[in-house]
Amino acid sequence: MSPRVQGLFRTLAVLLFWLLVWTSAAALAGQELLLPSPAQTARKLLELASGAEFWLTVGRSVLRVLTGILAAVTGGVLLALLTHRSPLCMALLSPLMTLVKSTPVASFIILALVWLGRNTVPVFIAALMVLPVVWANVSAGLRGIDPGLLELARVYELPRLRVLRRITWPSVRPHLRAALRSALGLGWKAGIAAEVLTVPALSIGKRIYEAKLYLETTELFAWTAAVVLVSLAIEKLLLRLVGKESTHAGTE
Amino acid sequence: MLELNEISLRFGDKRVLDGCTLHLQKGEHIALMGPSGCGKTTLLRIALSLQVPDSGTVQRKAGGLAAVFQEPRLLPWRTAAENVNLVLSDREETLPEARAWLKRLELDDAGDLYPAELSGGMQQRVSIARALAASPALLALDEPFKAMDSALRERVMGLTAERVKDTALLLATHSEEEAEALGCRVLRYQDGKFV
Repeated sequence: MSPRVQGLFRTLAVLLFWLLVWTSAAALAGQELLLPSPAQTARKLLELASGAEFWLTVGRSVLRVLTGILAAVTGGVLLALLTHRSPLCMALLSPLMTLVKSTPVASFIILALVWLGRNTVPVFIAALMVLPVVWANVSAGLRGIDPGLLELARVYELPRLRVLRRITWPSVRPHLRAALRSALGLGWKAGIAAEVLTVPALSIGKRIYEAKLYLETTELFAWTAAVVLVSLAIEKLLLRLVGKESTHAGTE
Repeated sequence: MLELNEISLRFGDKRVLDGCTLHLQKGEHIALMGPSGCGKTTLLRIALSLQVPDSGTVQRKAGGLAAVFQEPRLLPWRTAAENVNLVLSDREETLPEARAWLKRLELDDAGDLYPAELSGGMQQRVSIARALAASPALLALDEPFKAMDSALRERVMGLTAERVKDTALLLATHSEEEAEALGCRVLRYQDGKFV
């Protein structure tokens, strides 16, 4: 059996184990209102997914959060380039990023609700959560570029674009991948949390809020499952965009 | 081609170079010799504008530069052929030329291998192939032939000597044999200068 098939079986076995734990816990609870079973959740998810409104809701939430994440990735990379070149900018920006990372997301959501429209808050919050992570990782990547390779580029007078493509990007890319891996889930969850508090029309957050309000626990679980599935899909998609990990001593 | 005038440099309390002057013409080959840590590599780095001296001037005429450092400095994410091609056009059309240089360095089968898949000596030969492929006006070599057995070293030195006939060459070495094989005028370290 190939290692890949073995890995697949192991993943399935782990999944099965936790589904069994969940099923047993639901059976022990004995009430769908307290804890719906995986089957009940899946049934509800399928029922929701059969309507066009579900996809419209998911689509709008994804669009909001993805806009925030992409803005944060672009901003984080640009700011990292800036602070890498300017110690003054680094000194100014570094405490701000620490502040953003340590402030509770709920505080930002409430503040943003005062400043921005309810449709923009999830975009802003997702961006705010992702930005410091991307900035910190890309900065680490830039600091980690082998100075010997940069000297080589100087000696051979390599064009700037070639240096960017062949030295800078491959050195930074593993750090950007790591940043995306840890920040995407964070951004997505924060974005949905912002939706729960701001309840914009056609949003997963609003549906979660309503499910809570009307004690629709199964629907709450179904929407949460949808959030997890979409999160996984976005992570796979964005990591694919950034490129595959190489088996050699780096990536390109 | 290269003029280093009155170069001085200290590392902390240690004065490494003290008013060192060196002029190198086109086609002239100079070997810098002296004990380890005396400043051979430092002077090479100053000549390549990788290090700024405390005082003195560096003048270099326009023209391509190339260097073989003590360590190979290959891009770990590019194959051997792509590493050589980096200093050519970095496009597909010059890849055969890069492969031809690897072949001359007896690395026929290494073109598609990554640096991590090559031995230290092979990596160093890739870096020599890269420097020779660049057709520089000034070539700096910093102990380039170590990590090679004597027969191979002789062949690689012969190839290098052939290629650098019209090139200004600055070699840092401990080996009289290398200096001789490359037709170098030897300058030895003495009181912060190479004379």
